[in-house]
Amino acid sequence: MYETNYHRASSVADAAATFAKGAESKFLAGGQTLLPVMKQRLAAPTDVIDLSKVQEMIGIEVSGDTVTIKGATPHYDVAQSDAVQKAIPALANLASMIGDPAVRYRGTIGGSLANNDPAADYPAALLALGATVKTNKRSITAEDFFKGLFTTALEDGEIITAVSFPVPAKAGYAKFPNPASRFALTGVFVARTKAGDVRVAATGASQSGVMRVAPIEQALKANWAASALDSVTIPASGLLADIHGSADYRANLVKVMGQRAVTAAG
Amino acid sequence: MSTVKLTVNGKAVSVDVEDRTLLVHLLRENLNLTGTHVGCDTSQCGACVVHVDGRAVKSCTMLAGQAAGCNVTTIEGLAKGDELHPMQAAFRDNHGLQCGYCTPGMIMSAVDIVHRHGGKLDEETVRHELEGNICRCTGYHNIVKAVLDAAGRMKVAQAAE
Amino acid sequence: MGVEGIGARVVRKEDRRFITGQGRYVDDVKMVGMSYAHFIRSPHAHAKVKGIDSAEAMKMPGVIAVLTGQQIVDDKVGNLICGWAITSKDGSPMKMGAWPAMAPETVRFVGQAVAVVIAETKNQARDAAEAVVVNYEELPAVPDIKAAIKPGAAQLHPEAPGNIVYDWHLGDEAAVKDAFSKAANVVTLDLTNNRLVPNAMEPRAAIAHYDQAEEHYTLYTTSQNPHVARLVLSAFYNIAPEHKLRVIAPDVGGGFGSKIYIYPEEMVALWASKKVGRPVKWTGDRSEAFLTDAHGRDHVSKAELAFDKDNKILGLRVKTHANFGAYMSLFSSAVPTYLYATLLSGQYVIPAIYAEVIGVYTNTTPVDAYRGAGRPEASYLIERMMETAARQLKVDPTELRKKNFITQFPYQTPVIMAYDIGDFHASIDAAMKAIDYAGFPARKAKAKADGKLRGIGISCYIEACGIAPSKAVGSLGAGVGLWESAEIRVNPVGTIEVLTGSHSHGQGHETTFCQIIAERLGVPISQVSIVHGDTDKVQFGMGTYGSRSLAVGGTAIVKAMEKVEAKAKKIAAHALEASESDIVIENGEFKVTGTDKSIALPMVALAAYTAHNLPEGMEPGLKETAFYDPTNFTFPAGAYICELEVDPGTGKTSFVNFVAADDFGRLINPMIVEGQVHGGLAQGIGQALLEGVVYDGTGQLVTASFMDYSMPRADDLPSFQLSHTTTLCPGNPLGVKGCGEAGAIGASAAVINAITDAIGNNKLEMPATPDRVWHAIHG
Ligand SMILES: Cc1cc2nc3c(=O)[nH]c(=O)nc-3n(C[C@H](O)[C@H](O)[C@H](O)COP(=O)(O)OP(=O)(O)OC[C@H]3O[C@@H](n4cnc5c(N)ncnc54)[C@H](O)[C@@H]3O)c2cc1C
Ligand code: FES
Ligand code: FES
Repeated sequence: MYETNYHRASSVADAAATFAKGAESKFLAGGQTLLPVMKQRLAAPTDVIDLSKVQEMIGIEVSGDTVTIKGATPHYDVAQSDAVQKAIPALANLASMIGDPAVRYRGTIGGSLANNDPAADYPAALLALGATVKTNKRSITAEDFFKGLFTTALEDGEIITAVSFPVPAKAGYAKFPNPASRFALTGVFVARTKAGDVRVAATGASQSGVMRVAPIEQALKANWAASALDSVTIPASGLLADIHGSADYRANLVKVMGQRAVTAAG
Repeated sequence: MSTVKLTVNGKAVSVDVEDRTLLVHLLRENLNLTGTHVGCDTSQCGACVVHVDGRAVKSCTMLAGQAAGCNVTTIEGLAKGDELHPMQAAFRDNHGLQCGYCTPGMIMSAVDIVHRHGGKLDEETVRHELEGNICRCTGYHNIVKAVLDAAGRMKVAQAAE
Repeated sequence: MGVEGIGARVVRKEDRRFITGQGRYVDDVKMVGMSYAHFIRSPHAHAKVKGIDSAEAMKMPGVIAVLTGQQIVDDKVGNLICGWAITSKDGSPMKMGAWPAMAPETVRFVGQAVAVVIAETKNQARDAAEAVVVNYEELPAVPDIKAAIKPGAAQLHPEAPGNIVYDWHLGDEAAVKDAFSKAANVVTLDLTNNRLVPNAMEPRAAIAHYDQAEEHYTLYTTSQNPHVARLVLSAFYNIAPEHKLRVIAPDVGGGFGSKIYIYPEEMVALWASKKVGRPVKWTGDRSEAFLTDAHGRDHVSKAELAFDKDNKILGLRVKTHANFGAYMSLFSSAVPTYLYATLLSGQYVIPAIYAEVIGVYTNTTPVDAYRGAGRPEASYLIERMMETAARQLKVDPTELRKKNFITQFPYQTPVIMAYDIGDFHASIDAAMKAIDYAGFPARKAKAKADGKLRGIGISCYIEACGIAPSKAVGSLGAGVGLWESAEIRVNPVGTIEVLTGSHSHGQGHETTFCQIIAERLGVPISQVSIVHGDTDKVQFGMGTYGSRSLAVGGTAIVKAMEKVEAKAKKIAAHALEASESDIVIENGEFKVTGTDKSIALPMVALAAYTAHNLPEGMEPGLKETAFYDPTNFTFPAGAYICELEVDPGTGKTSFVNFVAADDFGRLINPMIVEGQVHGGLAQGIGQALLEGVVYDGTGQLVTASFMDYSMPRADDLPSFQLSHTTTLCPGNPLGVKGCGEAGAIGASAAVINAITDAIGNNKLEMPATPDRVWHAIHG
């Protein structure tokens, strides 16, 4: 790791101000992505601004039909939260499948979203549930937030302070882990909104990051059942191919995980 | 350089380190607590797991500065004097270690697993929960046995307290 | 058996330090004035080193020196050696390219060191390494066997035209041809034995110190065989004379073969410690381990098996290409030859065998022995052949095996090995019973109804362990003898130190070896300590690999004990005024049979050292040494059966059951033996399902971290059901055969046989990843 300057932020405003002062600042939340990258010397921030102790950024709130997870809330807290388990069990379940227990204790939702790894789990939930990302500057819909591999709508120095999820009628997540890294080789999140709309998002599959899956959405709109996907085919074009899975294999996984997500959703 | 103050195994310590120092290096290099190991550089093997404020985390994936003000327990701080922690005893009694390199991290993770699940552990849960700890020697068979055994012992110990 | 004697499940003496964080591994060691090394490694698979500019780096804070490959050549440090000379079919010696510890002119694999920075701190060394400018001229690279042997392929070494190290053969080609001409059925199969990264959890490390006043070197290193390291460093690398070099391998965090070899990093650390006049420490990180630890396996084979009309095997023909990587590592040449082709007979009567092995250079990390070394490749080949044959011949795979089992011992195979003893029917029967083989069809049908593809797979392995009779291996080209030494010191107070040339890096020697003493003397194991891993303490030894510690090292201990006991009995007889032949040893006492006269071991020991009243002419003291050279290999064998389910939707495999019935001869500590089997099985299963090295077309390592190289985790594996059938090894007094590699040798074929059974076709290579299995099912 290159030498850097460590700052612990006390508030969102403090974090933003400290960020602005550094030559090449980076926020540090759980560190479960940034620190491995820095250890490999693939990132060299002059200043790291620690968000993980900013109290106003930690916590979960449920009010009416919205679940709000604050930006620096660790995956473990989301997975364990009674409120989330009750309102959107699929979201708690997704959080419980991220990485391993030690990663979940420290890794945060804000860090995961800001990083937007094409194989990360949370992006699928945001896109399928139609969530909104709140920053210290604005609100961004999930559609507008994800901009492809490791890119988001965030501007330099912008902080994810919270994510709000509308509570769906039904939702389910099924993940097929990469045998080595345990990130999603493909993960599919299915949701039926209270208004009856169906939204389905897949992570780990596409060359352009998390994506909606129109053929599955259409089939489920007609018939919310795993068997409704039997006749669906997912085109392999545009899907990722690597040593762990070819594009046609991933296309199959989108369908099969979609079916299992529907089964999980009930 | 910064001064990092924290509590390690019950003792208050103050250490001057470069800001880029990872917690694991503070423990190993500055405090000579070499029981915490480094087995990878991509935060996956769990050889470095310690407890920070009661949670099992990878000390290779935390800056020393992030641990300032925290309470850190390492493998060296687990036993009460000569009396082994039930997890340590269970690892020995079930032959849950061979070369011993993954063992400190395994034990620290395992203690945390039992804390979270209490006596409700079964083999499948233990295997799943050990996802972040790689052992090359044991094939995990006896590690799983040790964790289940210790879960029972810890329950008994808790009931006795 | 006593409570701590042979056969007892004694908990390990060494565990306390490990479970309390007190283990002492190389990186835990600190020396006064220690400096740190960081290696500059080639980012190219094949390139000329045109120049190294370290001027900027030398100005960086804390930098002590930047040393290059040219300097190591100028200082006449020897090139790395390969210790086993193999002769090609045509009688020519193998073709070795030069391997300097740091490359002065040409780099031949990604990660090969070209220079080293020595600095005050680890971070400073790494910071400065980035300021060293290395000018490379890239050359075309050959990343695999196919590319390397193509006409016109880029050449690695001028010494090895066509990138061929050797073209070797074993067996009787004409007899095999004849057998095939008479065959009623022939089964053929192309097989790949995937390349693996050993990944011992402790990365390699070294600390070297040169003491100018004494002109003496000390090297702490992560080694399975510190004495061999010292011998090679002095005799071949000219870095330090043997009597002025102390090599210490303290606690070592796993080896699996990868820590047998003497690597460039410890050579450079030792050499540099004198050059810079400071202790030099190098601790590898995992990324360096992936690039530079010797990899394992990597064979491509074609196999043909001929059967007569009664399904008896007539002959086996095998052609194997073995990938050695860019250089010949220490024992690499022996692995696909004498550790592989010699085991191709498996557990079967095969009247004629002919094997050809072509060793190939590629622009990849060097390949050498990894747990099992050659024997997993042989076992995988023959056991997949047997399963394939059973399907082709439409007979039950257990029946086909049983029909062809060797049942008469000793049995001379057509490929050198003479199996001393075994009972292959006993192990397969035990395994079939454990897994309820008869009930499998019903279980398969039930799984099918649940949408799952269930399969069962068998693997009957045999291995040659207890490596090895020195004269025999010498005649086959080995550069060393493979005996073992032991020294037993009974101290004046009766405590015992056992000095062994074996090295424990997880195998539990500190316990098992004590049990041998406890068994013979009846003393508690707390009275015994095992000393190993330090060339200043133990005079010489060959180290631990090839499941040899107990069969060879343990026997050396027994031989030394026999001498100690003989002398002690003389002393006891003298003290008790009895005849030496009437003395028996029981519970730590020397007794005169049929009387109540006895003298305790501490009193005998004290008598030996006070020497006030010893038998006439006896030397004082109670310390004996033995060097034991085995007369044959040992032949552990067994049967593994795996039952699993494949999810047709994802291609994912999950275990239902895995049973192992092994014959290791006598078990000294069954608990430790089981642990060895578990670990071996995990590695065998890892090879079958998860692990596999991938290089891209330019020779870049794609699977270069745990992010891409799938290590077996707890949730990838089942709990194992083990049992033992025992035939005592006639070749050594303990009757032991060795158990360290069995799991890794036998498991992979069982898994692949089970998957191919489940999916109903044989088009599958290892690792059988979900992607590959899904494609095998769906085309
Ligand atoms: C072994 C391992 C396994 C993993 N497995 C999975 C998995 O299965 N699925 C999965 O989805 N993820 C996985 N992860 C990644 C994990 O979820 C990380 O926690 C997450 O990607 C990053 O969150 P973090 O809080 O650790 O962020 P950090 O690493 O601290 O930061 C990541 C990036 O986000 C920025 N950032 C952090 N917080 C904010 C914020 N509030 N606002 C703006 N920018 C911010 C940082 O500047 C940095 O660029 C794994 C990680 C590891 C080490
Ligand atoms: S050292 Fe491997 S996870 Fe920390
Ligand atoms: S005991 Fe050696 S890695 Fe686990």
